[in-house]
Amino acid sequence: MPKKSSLSITVKRISKNKGALVGMFIVIVIIIVAITAPFIAPKDPYKQDLLSSLEGPSLNHPFGTDIFGRDVLSRVIYGARTSVSISFLAVVIAILMGMIAGTLAGYFGGVLDEILMRFLDILMAFPDILLAIAIVAALGPGKSNLIIAIAVYSFPQFARVMRASVLTIKNSEYIEAAKAIGESHISIMIRYVVPNALAPIIVQATLRMATAILTISGLSFLGLGVKPPEAEWGTDLAMARVYLEIAPHLGIFPGLALFLTVMGFNLFGDGLNDALNPRLKDR
Amino acid sequence: MIPVILGVSIISFSIMHMIPGDPARIIAGEGATKQDIEAIRSKYGLDRPLIEQYFRFMKGILTNDLRSIKTERPILKEISPRFLNTVQLAVVSIFISSIIGISLGIASAVRRNTWLDSFAMFFSLIGVSMPIFWLGILLIIIFSVFLGWLPSGGKGGVEHIILPAVTLGLATSAIIARMTRASMLEVLNQDYVRTAKAFGLAKRKVVYKYVLRNALIPIITVIGLQFGYLLGGAVLTESVFGWPGLGRYVVDSIFNRDYIAVQVGIMIIAMSFVLVNLLVDIFYALIDPRLRRG
Repeated sequence: MPKKSSLSITVKRISKNKGALVGMFIVIVIIIVAITAPFIAPKDPYKQDLLSSLEGPSLNHPFGTDIFGRDVLSRVIYGARTSVSISFLAVVIAILMGMIAGTLAGYFGGVLDEILMRFLDILMAFPDILLAIAIVAALGPGKSNLIIAIAVYSFPQFARVMRASVLTIKNSEYIEAAKAIGESHISIMIRYVVPNALAPIIVQATLRMATAILTISGLSFLGLGVKPPEAEWGTDLAMARVYLEIAPHLGIFPGLALFLTVMGFNLFGDGLNDALNPRLKDR
Repeated sequence: MIPVILGVSIISFSIMHMIPGDPARIIAGEGATKQDIEAIRSKYGLDRPLIEQYFRFMKGILTNDLRSIKTERPILKEISPRFLNTVQLAVVSIFISSIIGISLGIASAVRRNTWLDSFAMFFSLIGVSMPIFWLGILLIIIFSVFLGWLPSGGKGGVEHIILPAVTLGLATSAIIARMTRASMLEVLNQDYVRTAKAFGLAKRKVVYKYVLRNALIPIITVIGLQFGYLLGGAVLTESVFGWPGLGRYVVDSIFNRDYIAVQVGIMIIAMSFVLVNLLVDIFYALIDPRLRRG
């Protein structure tokens, strides 16, 4: 099938799927907010004003203020920037790691495949965010270690997806033809194997963005991720937990932003999966 | 199975050795003299070859010689009461979420494409996207701060476990609901169900006697797997509610630089997760004769 028509089929199918459209809309809004945070935030998210600490929502501060009198709306907006940038970097690194590992395992098979897959099994034996916690426990908290932790914790999924698609096309005739005309392993991988695996990788990447954002705020909530005073939803929720009895509004808005973002990526990922999955083409 | 357990123990062990810089210096803390650091290095065997350290580590756990850096008590003594707290939370949680998930799943499968079905599917969408610690905070705001019905944290009577168990189990009940619905729908389309209906059996009887029973295997499997996740994923819930479980102990130990507690705690959580999965597999083989020969 020519490339253009498959793209237009994908677009058409997404536009028919209400959930995917809502998800795409949320994702686009969050990305725009993340990029334009300095221009759209009404206040400086780091400026303290101890005289107006823990105020409820008002015209001046639509989401209220935190214990240091900082504007919660601006912090929520800047939080999008923190979450999106860290998760994007982490997922990109995870994709690269996963693609390399998955392609090597699937293409060459044998002992290499066995060893790599066993290793992934072991990594996946750590439930939920435990592996990320283990990595941060060793490397220490902070942004760059957070990125490493999330990349390591996410890449097994990409490796599996990649390996599966390599295995399905490995013995196809056009790969054999490419080998027959003397193309090298590397050129076969880059020119034929990788492009064929892109669709499931894109789906997985969208879904993993949701997990990555949850992990970032989860670790930050535990004090193992982004350090205060940097604006991050999980960090702000950890502070909100302390003052919940006197300022419950603090616990609402950063969490709502986090929830909507995660739901957006999940919906969009599911929609992409339906749209790109060739088995569902006739729907 | 064995390689996975071995691998989990190696990764947990290597936490202390992935520390950038000298672990002995970090354990000793700031302002430690050179002698202090050397004393710690030999006390924890950090000057030995890595392989020897690994065997000492595993042997230390089994013989109860391995001690917490902070309290100097045998590490399993520190961990076991906390692990039991986590298990208690996970058991209550899986119980609540199974009831919610199965009833919601049955209802939406039987009344497919009604408002009830849409509600159940909407609920499961929320369940998988909801950040667990935010859910905990919301429940505290509603039930502790505004209504004042339940305590916002700590451990004590029955009332202390309700909010954390519901928080921990929401995503699980959503997943169980989805699985129940899918599994019920599959059985509902079978010929023998149509036959039972054609014989004029009451709908209720068909649903509970024929459909649910046959749909139960995948549902029980998913409940078992989810129980493993609850054990491992309780860290955030325990932190929100101040529940003295193993996950929270691991996080506290990270701040206390008690690396031995971190290593063993993470290893125990991961291993119990692996073991639960193994038990689910065995159970699956026991009740489904088709899998026995495989």
